[in-house]
Amino acid sequence: MATEEMEQLVRREYKEGFVTDIESDTLPPGLNEDTIAFISKKKGEPEWMLEWRLDAYRQWLKMEEPSWAHLDYPPIDYQAISYYSAPKRPEDGPQSLDEVDPKLLETYEKLGIPLHERAALAGVAVDAVFDSVSVTTTFKENLAEAGVIFCSISEAVRDYPELIKQYLGTVVPVADNYFAALNSAVFTDGSFVFVPKGVKCPMELSTYFRINAANTGQFERTLIVCESGAEVSYLEGCTAPMRDENQLHAAVVELVALDDAYIKYSTVQNWYPGDEDGKGGIYNFVTKRGDCRGDRSRISWTQVETGSAITWKYPSCVLRGKDSIGEFYSVAVTNGRQQADTGTKMIHIGEGTRSYIVAKGISAGRSDQSYRGMVKIGPRAKGARNFTQCDSLLIGDQCGAHTFPYQEIGNSTATIEHEATTSKIGDDQLFYCQSRGISEEDAVSMIVNGFCKDVFQELPMEFAVEAEALLSVTLEGAVG
Amino acid sequence: MLQVNDLHVTVEGKEILKGLSLTINAGEVHAIMGPNGAGKSTLSAVIAGKDGYEVTQGSITFEGQDVLEMEIEERAQAGMLLGFQYPVEIPGVKNIYLLKSALNAIRQARGEGEMPASEFMKLVKEKLGFMKMDPSFLQRAVNEGFSGGEKKRNEILQMLVLEPKLAMLDEIDSGLDIDAMKVVADGVNSLRGQDRSILLVTHYQRLLDYIVPDKVHVLVNGRIVKTGDAELAKELEANGYEALIGESAA
Repeated sequence: MATEEMEQLVRREYKEGFVTDIESDTLPPGLNEDTIAFISKKKGEPEWMLEWRLDAYRQWLKMEEPSWAHLDYPPIDYQAISYYSAPKRPEDGPQSLDEVDPKLLETYEKLGIPLHERAALAGVAVDAVFDSVSVTTTFKENLAEAGVIFCSISEAVRDYPELIKQYLGTVVPVADNYFAALNSAVFTDGSFVFVPKGVKCPMELSTYFRINAANTGQFERTLIVCESGAEVSYLEGCTAPMRDENQLHAAVVELVALDDAYIKYSTVQNWYPGDEDGKGGIYNFVTKRGDCRGDRSRISWTQVETGSAITWKYPSCVLRGKDSIGEFYSVAVTNGRQQADTGTKMIHIGEGTRSYIVAKGISAGRSDQSYRGMVKIGPRAKGARNFTQCDSLLIGDQCGAHTFPYQEIGNSTATIEHEATTSKIGDDQLFYCQSRGISEEDAVSMIVNGFCKDVFQELPMEFAVEAEALLSVTLEGAVG
Repeated sequence: MLQVNDLHVTVEGKEILKGLSLTINAGEVHAIMGPNGAGKSTLSAVIAGKDGYEVTQGSITFEGQDVLEMEIEERAQAGMLLGFQYPVEIPGVKNIYLLKSALNAIRQARGEGEMPASEFMKLVKEKLGFMKMDPSFLQRAVNEGFSGGEKKRNEILQMLVLEPKLAMLDEIDSGLDIDAMKVVADGVNSLRGQDRSILLVTHYQRLLDYIVPDKVHVLVNGRIVKTGDAELAKELEANGYEALIGESAA
């Protein structure tokens, strides 16, 4: 296929690029201890939470922004960001969907997640995070019957302080890395899930994050805890409107699985990637880590990454419990001028621990993508096993794909397998499909979906369909 | 049905076809034979619309339509289908999915609706049986890990399901043992019909023992140097191309 045809194909419009016109309650740009005190006060937090934030902030001040990633972006001015934005609401906020600002609901409609319908049809409870405040939580009562807590992290700090104190920051410590420390200082919302001993969460839990106000950083914090024998499947989906300036997103997600617990965490990320010349777009610096604290516990990350101008993200598993299992299934698609440095870390500590990594990268346009994965096997992790498969697919001749695998093996009983491939969507493959009557665009979509199949089949059914659709949209017009 | 007139084709600046003319009427089976490098595969590739082939002169029409003006998929939708010498692997895409997408794309282009799933399954199972292929083929990724023989059978299976008006088979016999060749030949013969035509590109005569052509063309150095009936293929087998090349040069 000719290069100019490729260029055409790669050009597409960002479909969620509308801005909701709502009056918001936004803090002016800038970061200092007063900003943090303001956030903490707004959230009605207890004193210990403020201290926790301030401790993180003071450590962050002493840290340096990491530069090891294969990414190229201008320095971020942390004083130019507003750290709090909430839609203005009468009184203390909506008690039910009827009380929610209709414009806000309209936004969700445009995103294709009408809350009523989604909740009713799919049986999904949605904790919708709009800018920094959790707007509404559905199905909370049904979950409560099962003993499951699903609420915003701010509510959790107020209502379940003991659980928060027990688990928050135990997987990703406040000073774990530069962006995690920043998040710990200024996080404004996110979700909290607690599934008690022996309970299998009766429905998929889902959160849609959306950055709306201009110049706002979004710093959500998510904590999911499954006690012994508990299970939960959680999905987050993300979109953001089109803006010329870059926006910062620095989230932290912590997962804790006790004995025999299973947490499945799926992400469909479609943040605004910037325009074709690289103007605007989300800077996505995310720390996601799961702690398989209990024996035979299992944590599974599945991610479909199609958006963001810059992605810096390594969902990881710390396999502490004996015979625990960590999994990472990833599809990352970059187009235009997007840059992604993403992968995973599997830290094997316990005996008989196993990890499984399947990473699929698709680069188109002038984008650049790196897989960075670490497998570390400690001296006590007898009989640990890892399997890594890492495949890159290139569309056109102006994109890049890189692989950075790191392996540290601390004992001789471990088994490590690593397979990697790089391929181009072949003109031969396209010709083969087209010569059977299939249009070029459908052929690309078919080939790419085939390439991603191993990962898509890990997604919950209703989201797998969404992911396939999103992939087609992302690569729409990617062939001439 | 198909008219090729004075076709000149260059590949990377080198002229491969140098004034080839050919007419295939409805219901006929034509075989193109010739030594390596004569341009046999180029002809079917150009008709199917493969990139990288530049037509510098001449024309191709199919049922009155200018083929060179059509997109690749439009040619297939119009009824011209190419069976590949080296079928392409598409990891992760199930055979049945490709078959269904192709059939429905062709039906939609003709203004017909998608084929109902049950009808489609019935059709595919029948054709699978004919090609002596196991139903598990349908669930495997397109050509991935297929043996040479399996790939060729799969090409014919697609033909049987998609029912082209003009089936172009490029070296469909290469790499086949005698049993597989019989199955493939039976498949191709079942495609024959009053309003269907077949263009076989082959290096060896043995395929033509199973699929008896109406016409045999000998392609040497970018031109058809001799046309005859099935007997011509046998002559070639006995005397080799060299004799013929010498004759045409003389």
